[in-house]
Amino acid sequence: MAVAEPQFDDLYREIILDHYRRPRNRGELAAPSQRVEGVNPVCGDEIHLDLEIGDNTIRDVSYWGHGCSISQSSASMLTERLKGCSIEEAERVMGKVRAMLIDGATPDDEIGDLQALEGVARLPVRVKCALLCWNVLKEGLQQATTAA
Amino acid sequence: MINPREIRKDFPILEQQVNGRPLVYLDNAATTQKPRQVIEALVRYYETSNANIHRGIHTLAVRATEQYEAVRGKTAVFLKASHAEDIVFTRNTTEALNLVARAWGDANVHEGDEIVLTLMEHHSNIVPWQQLARRTGAVLRYAGITPEGKLDLDEVRGMIGPRTKVVSVVHMSNVLGTINPVAEIGEMARKAGALMVVDGAQSAPHLPVDIEALGCDFFAFSAHKMLGPTGVGVLWARRGLLETMEPFLGGGDMIALVRQDESTWADVPHKFEAGTPNIADVIAFGAALDYLGNLGMGAVRAHEMALTAYAMEQLSSIEGLKMHGPERADERGGVVSFAMNLAHPHDIATIADGHGVAIRAGHHCAQLLMRHLGVAATSRASFSIYNDKDDIEALAEALEHVNRVFGDGSSRAAI
Ligand SMILES: Cc1ncc(COP(=O)(O)O)c(C=O)c1O
Repeated sequence: MAVAEPQFDDLYREIILDHYRRPRNRGELAAPSQRVEGVNPVCGDEIHLDLEIGDNTIRDVSYWGHGCSISQSSASMLTERLKGCSIEEAERVMGKVRAMLIDGATPDDEIGDLQALEGVARLPVRVKCALLCWNVLKEGLQQATTAA
Repeated sequence: MINPREIRKDFPILEQQVNGRPLVYLDNAATTQKPRQVIEALVRYYETSNANIHRGIHTLAVRATEQYEAVRGKTAVFLKASHAEDIVFTRNTTEALNLVARAWGDANVHEGDEIVLTLMEHHSNIVPWQQLARRTGAVLRYAGITPEGKLDLDEVRGMIGPRTKVVSVVHMSNVLGTINPVAEIGEMARKAGALMVVDGAQSAPHLPVDIEALGCDFFAFSAHKMLGPTGVGVLWARRGLLETMEPFLGGGDMIALVRQDESTWADVPHKFEAGTPNIADVIAFGAALDYLGNLGMGAVRAHEMALTAYAMEQLSSIEGLKMHGPERADERGGVVSFAMNLAHPHDIATIADGHGVAIRAGHHCAQLLMRHLGVAATSRASFSIYNDKDDIEALAEALEHVNRVFGDGSSRAAI
């Protein structure tokens, strides 16, 4: 072959594919304090988040839905990273993930596995896939703070 | 015989590289590329003939009017229609269908009347009818699809009855590729005293169309899907129908006399072309019709059918790939929608793009069909005259790569 095979290692990092193939915290919670959802009307991707929030802490979080590897792995990583976090920490992580995806900011270790989504920022048409669950989370956190 | 290598020389856009590879454009059902002849016609019009049409006395106005009206004639020849005045230029298929639902529908469809559609319609052949139903109290009925992806004709037959006022069906599905027997359905409609509307957005560009033989009442399509520019659509109406209809939009160019309280309308088709139309693009569309006419629509169909058969053969050897729609290439147009069990359509489209291969992923403006298929989206490759077997092979190679990226760790070693 004259041309080298195109590479996708930067976009489809092993961590992303792993979360896509073996989703973490997938399914409904028994007694969520918040149940929020979002769809991407352009592509039909769908994310539902169940949150169990108390004492300013995300005690438990799960997700379900369907869509591309980016939208689903982003949600899986979200639940893994934020389970047990204080609201304050969750908001900080959310801010850093959004800055990475929207502004192309360099991520730091605090966001953990989510750093793997850095390559998505370079593909503008796919950024909305990665952001979907974070928009849903934002709404869930807002609901929790107004309810409290 | 179509020779894609020769044809490609007329399409400057196809000469480029995308992501370091030669562009392979397989999104023709969304819009086709434009040959140099069309682009030049557009430039030539602005450089030599630009003027507003119809009311002008000066030389340029006469020249522009003649060129614009000549394309109406060419469109009639393309459709084998006997009268150019039965053709209205719109912006696109969508506007043509809205024109019918408004200008014909509002006057003829009443509470309790039925509008028969199918589950494989594009949103532009659903929403205008839903709006009409909401305005009038009419009822929408949707005919289903067989497991093989064909229209369920028995269901259509059972659905058309004394209450049916209009039947509106896509001639060729933009997702399944299915070619529907619209002449046969039109016959059912006529027996029931209903009108037959055909969405020809995918058929006019890819199949020989003999409008009189189709026996429909309205036929709509878009120039941009058949080598022409964006911004031009066509509505053909059966002889005499347009005369019975009230105008869709009011304004300049569509009137005969304007008084303070009311006006009288211009003759058809001008009654339906209010305001300054898209003169330049209509004229450039004429060059697209010439281009297709020179090739011959029979040859276009033969080429695309052979390519579809080849694509179905190549894709069937890809692990975990399932194609939607009829199995035989002679029962479908050059559109192949598919699912892959390891990867979502968006991921497939992203990887294909990395190979320079442009395919579409999504619901293709056919959410009722997606729901029927039980999917949120499909991947779709669609063909045109400049595509060849190499393009299909580039697609197949990209899809093999999808399986390597999304397969389990053992096969990933091959990346
Ligand atoms: C079957 C069908 N109908 C209608 C349309 C709408 O065409 P346009 O967007 O040009 O109005 C399309 C194009 O996407 C189509 O494929």
